Amino acid sequence: MTRSPAIDLECANITKTFGNVLAVDDVSFEIPSGSFFSILGPSGCGKTTLIRMIAGFEQPDSGDVLIKGVSVLDTSPNKRNVKMVFQHLALFPMMNVYENIAYGLRCNNVAKHEIEERVNNVLKRIALPDVGDREIHQLSGGQKQRIAVARCMVLDPDVLLLDEPLGALDLKLREAMKIELKLLQHQFDTTFIYITHDQSEALVMSDRVAVMNQGRFEQLGTPQELYHHPSSAFVAGFVGDSNRWSGRAMGLSGAAVTVETKDGLEMLAKPYGEIPSGSERDVDIFIRPEFIRVERYVESSPSIEAGENSLKGVVDSLLFNGANSRALVRSSSGQLVEADIVLTGGHEDIEPGENVRLIWSSNQTMCFAN
Amino acid sequence: MQKDIKRLSLILLFAPFALWITLLILLPHVGMVILSLREKVAPRIYEYGFGNYIEFFNEPIYWNTLIRTGSMSLLVTVLALIIGFPIAYYIAKIAGPRMRGALFLLCLIPLWVSDLIRAFGWILLLRETGVVSGILQWTGIASGPIEMLYNDVTVIIGLVYTVILFMIVPLASTLDGMDNSMIEAGYNLGGRSVTVFRRIIIPYAMPGIASGCIIVFMLTAGSYLTPILLGGKNSSWFTEQIYDQFITRYNWESGAAFGMLLLAFTSIVVWLGLRLTGQTLANTVTKT
Repeated sequence: MTRSPAIDLECANITKTFGNVLAVDDVSFEIPSGSFFSILGPSGCGKTTLIRMIAGFEQPDSGDVLIKGVSVLDTSPNKRNVKMVFQHLALFPMMNVYENIAYGLRCNNVAKHEIEERVNNVLKRIALPDVGDREIHQLSGGQKQRIAVARCMVLDPDVLLLDEPLGALDLKLREAMKIELKLLQHQFDTTFIYITHDQSEALVMSDRVAVMNQGRFEQLGTPQELYHHPSSAFVAGFVGDSNRWSGRAMGLSGAAVTVETKDGLEMLAKPYGEIPSGSERDVDIFIRPEFIRVERYVESSPSIEAGENSLKGVVDSLLFNGANSRALVRSSSGQLVEADIVLTGGHEDIEPGENVRLIWSSNQTMCFAN
Repeated sequence: MQKDIKRLSLILLFAPFALWITLLILLPHVGMVILSLREKVAPRIYEYGFGNYIEFFNEPIYWNTLIRTGSMSLLVTVLALIIGFPIAYYIAKIAGPRMRGALFLLCLIPLWVSDLIRAFGWILLLRETGVVSGILQWTGIASGPIEMLYNDVTVIIGLVYTVILFMIVPLASTLDGMDNSMIEAGYNLGGRSVTVFRRIIIPYAMPGIASGCIIVFMLTAGSYLTPILLGGKNSSWFTEQIYDQFITRYNWESGAAFGMLLLAFTSIVVWLGLRLTGQTLANTVTKT
């Protein structure tokens, strides 16, 4: 083996087409041992196809899948040491919890006393030591989730694949399971590959995230990198919330670019990626709501500092959500802008109908060539 | 007012079903039971007792026929299951959605023709001067005409052909409800095809298997046309005995007793089958 053993899974130039639909287009990545890796993308972007190729349920048209440095293309799904938690978990309803977990061990001809020991051990590790005799339909959603993970982890896989397993849970449970999955991953110290269309799941749990769109990886990086330094307009729009304008780049001034939006607003923005200077180019502007400051506007308000953008408007409505409250501000040109605000419940709070001024730094104004 | 309307509509909706059950199933069976307990002691003089049933057990030809019918019906059920399972699996899991409808329709087509016509079809094919015999002679494989009717093999083939649809439909609908990822999970966790089939697909399909087997067994044991037409006088099917008692010998009392015995016998077999496979009747009905 010439490869570093610290890489658990490597995909090299994988391509897959269904008929004339290109599902996965020349995707390459490698995942270091013990990390939590997410593939984030809208439905139909090819992420499920990709994970199914890793599990062996689909064969790539070209490219290679290597597990611990060894190509597994010629290995059948039941021989690959890659286990999968399915979208609807696919627990076997005709077996009880113990039998579900023991199934994989039985397939590998593990001795009977060892099966018992390992099943009980894994049940303890997922903090459900006494559910072995229960039937699947007697479990709660979160318990099923943990059993599905345990059923895979009892086999000591090199990589655990998770195909949107939280999709069927209600919001509260989903939030709890996010943290739980992250803890389980730490505990088992196994490489997790998690696919999801929910950006908050990907951001909260992952060490690294790949954003996938139309069969390609748009960007691969830590959650922070994706959020603060998106490499494309798609990533900027898909990861996190943002206000979006389309407009035209009028010219560079220092590090910033002057942009005129279609509604006639002029603002300074920070170019992300190549913006050809001189020529007028169509661009997209993204501003995250938390970077927009909302101030009450009066005639005597001080003028803004250099390198800042401002916009006058009227508060249209308040979206109260505790610490994540937002104001919807209608600008003079009619566009709605979302900005994060703090609502304390006191008299100082901004109220709908008030005249406000929105201020944000040009550094936080992301500009992408269209 | 609202409540009354609700109750009235419930009664009206339920009425046809209730009438059907009482008039066509419950009442005739009660009549049969009463009839079967009646013994003729002299012309127009009857006594109540178990004489008709005792007669059945004292005459080996009667209970031999019943056991023969039962065992051949079991054989037909097993054959229908073995042949029907791959077909149902193909329809439910492998065929595409459009293909699935077409295949189901193909399975249903034989039902558009009556039992009688289908049995005559088999006779046309298999009789001494029939199509199969003709082809065998024409190709030189057989030197003379071959009679392929009137033996047990033909009866079994004919019965399997008649009832297999009733095996395929419940099986296909159970398998259709099975999430494909269940099978994939079976492989993913290290199972070989045999393991996945034995430990996941079969247990999952068990309610469908049970209900298919019950329907097929009941239909076969109670069938009359196919065994008579394809098996001739040799078929010794128990329904033929019942027919003889009622029509030929005009012994309604004994015929009714035989009918009740057939019902009891098949019910016991079904109950045993459910016990052995660990299924319940309710489970079988709801899961398919």
